[in-house]
Amino acid sequence: MAERQKIDARGAFCPGPLMELIAALKLASVGDEIDLWSSDKGSAADIPAWCAKVGHAVVESTEHDGYWSVVVRKAK
Amino acid sequence: MSKTILIVGGGLAGTIVANGLCRQMGAELRNGALTITMLGTSETHMYQPGLLYVPFGRIREAELFREQRKVLDKRVNFFVDPAKHIDVEKNQVTTEAGRTFRYDYLVLATGSRIMPQSIPGMKEGGHWFYDLDGARKLRGALNAFQGGKIVINVNAPHKCPVAPLEVAFMLHDFLKARGLWEKTELTYTYPIGRLHALEAVAHWAKPEFEKLGIKYETFFNTESVDPEKKTLTSMEGSELSYDLLITIPPHQGAQVIDDSGLGKGGWVPTNPKTLYRDGSTNVFVVGDTTNIPISKAGSTAHFEADVTIDNLVSLCQEGAFAREYDGKVFCFVETGLSSGTYVWFNYTTPPNPGPPSQMIHWFKLAYNRLYWLSARGLL
Repeated sequence: MAERQKIDARGAFCPGPLMELIAALKLASVGDEIDLWSSDKGSAADIPAWCAKVGHAVVESTEHDGYWSVVVRKAK
Repeated sequence: MSKTILIVGGGLAGTIVANGLCRQMGAELRNGALTITMLGTSETHMYQPGLLYVPFGRIREAELFREQRKVLDKRVNFFVDPAKHIDVEKNQVTTEAGRTFRYDYLVLATGSRIMPQSIPGMKEGGHWFYDLDGARKLRGALNAFQGGKIVINVNAPHKCPVAPLEVAFMLHDFLKARGLWEKTELTYTYPIGRLHALEAVAHWAKPEFEKLGIKYETFFNTESVDPEKKTLTSMEGSELSYDLLITIPPHQGAQVIDDSGLGKGGWVPTNPKTLYRDGSTNVFVVGDTTNIPISKAGSTAHFEADVTIDNLVSLCQEGAFAREYDGKVFCFVETGLSSGTYVWFNYTTPPNPGPPSQMIHWFKLAYNRLYWLSARGLL
């Protein structure tokens, strides 16, 4: 059964939100979702661009007060 | 009633915690009110950051090792008997030799390990320096290298996040000194869209790479390595050829964490400030073992260990929690074979690397020996 894992990477300077996402996706099963929280403005653009390149699906992207949440589903 | 603190893992974090507790709780250890036990996996303690120097012949292997029993305070009950199952409900750990250890407080310091076998062909086609055997083999490969294509290939997640940049700069100086730089094409690959996870370090490294003629490819997450064709492909769809592949393999935490149901991939869900395992108030997690989105580095382990010592002492002596971890990380960055800089940051202060200097490089070389004072809880 698919799982959804939350990663709160707000304020994380190193390794940063996208690196956390990549690491989490390696451990996830196809269909699992990662809900990544980030306060880094660059991530809001980087993460969808990387997912499009690799083929994972961005399910949601929401701007909150001072941070973004991006839900990514592992597609392969 | 006597209390038992059990530390699982004999790397830097676990060792600092054990020695620090002994320093602050001498009276309790003397009168039998406290027992400190450590379960390790080896009789020897290795200074892991020293491995970076092995491929370049810049450190003697003997400097990397000490007997763990000599690094540890004599009052610590040390067993080379790896944990097999950690039961946080029953407050007990069983070991590979079949012993059972009960605890009042548990410190999980099981660390991380490289997993080149998780990417097809990487183990057969790649070199690395994150363990002694790999560092020795890389030294042999570099000594035999007469020119060609070298790829430094960084994979997520990995510990010691500045080491890949350091090895690139050191390799440049090493090959230049041998008259081989002009015959070499060096390419550095990185998983995200810049040269380093830390934005400030990436901004500093990019013009340095361009000045030295080091090529780079970002958004490169290795999918496979073909040792026959000497190529590596990325999930993003690109392919690189190499004569010598230096990889920073992806890491995972300890198998016992996964096997005990404490965290996928060996990473334990941990409160980033208290360092309590999520769901426990008598289990602390330190060093690489946590799932905190922070650098997996020796300094992280050190600063987390310092906070954990204070909290364990305070809980045992005063019945109260003492202080929170602020996310502090400090890393030296070697920028060649004779210059270095450093970065430090915490949860609220971004890093700002200063200009490289020979003095900082010398201080890093000095720290390579001062490390043993850190492990003993003196520095």
